Amino acid sequence: MIAHAIVFYIFSLIAIVSAIMVTVSKNTVNSVFFLILDFISISCLFIMIGAEFLGMIMLIVYVGAVAVLFLFVVMMLNVAQQKNEWFNSSGRSSHIPVGLLVSIIIFFELIIVIGGWKYKPELLDSIAIEINTELTNTQSLGSVIYTDYIHLFQLSGMVLLVAMIGAIVLTFRQRSGVKRQSYFKQISRDRKDGIELVDVENNKGVKIDA
Amino acid sequence: MLSIGLGHYLTLAAIIFTIGIVGIFLNRKNIIVILMSIELILLAVNINLVSFSIFINDLSGQVFTLFILTVAAAEAAIGLAIIVVYYRNSGTIRVEEIDRLKG
Repeated sequence: MIAHAIVFYIFSLIAIVSAIMVTVSKNTVNSVFFLILDFISISCLFIMIGAEFLGMIMLIVYVGAVAVLFLFVVMMLNVAQQKNEWFNSSGRSSHIPVGLLVSIIIFFELIIVIGGWKYKPELLDSIAIEINTELTNTQSLGSVIYTDYIHLFQLSGMVLLVAMIGAIVLTFRQRSGVKRQSYFKQISRDRKDGIELVDVENNKGVKIDA
Repeated sequence: MLSIGLGHYLTLAAIIFTIGIVGIFLNRKNIIVILMSIELILLAVNINLVSFSIFINDLSGQVFTLFILTVAAAEAAIGLAIIVVYYRNSGTIRVEEIDRLKG
């Protein structure tokens, strides 16, 4: 029990510190690195608590895809040199006092909700899908996703498809002066456009490009 | 203190959520950090769902975490695409210089 508590506190401390570093660090690349650290420690917590599949998926999706996407964009956009101007209030308006006030209020509201929160007595009876302890986490998730939640699962696939098409459409740029194949022209060519049959007279030859 | 319960995980999620909110409010650097703060907020929501799911012994929380993960990935892709297009058009993604809407 004590070991469990110590590990929890270590991971959550790392997660909180790296979340702070994401927002305050001077270099955007460093922010991405701290974001990766944050995701990894949270996924360790997930694995510890017993949601192994989600922990691993978090690693794959966030660290493997999203964070690398962030890194690519940061590298492409040349933002790494920009100076951090967190506490530099030379701008027209300084949002720092109001922002801090609002976020502190939000935090205390969340804490109050958690502290005063109790199970409603009928909540435990209304469990939708009870966790089967004989199956592994992955097995039980799979048996639920492909049966009860199949429509939502397919819809999330559609969300990903739309996001992919949208990202491609947004960033696609038609450049002028680049020679590329025109499939439509190639396919729709027929015999009349390509070939001309000429009767050649003796000793005269054929004029090309007439 | 030593027995880790639901409240500990919820508190962790609340702290990370608030850090994400602060990151959105106080950021004056560039939009990419704001997107990262949004990812932090979604992460906090995921922590909430997973810990409730484990402690109430109900699997549907983890299923919904999976869907939130999907939406977060899609949102990151679209947001970064928009940022790339904006940078290409205007040459900057500093938060203070993006004032085309005069808001």
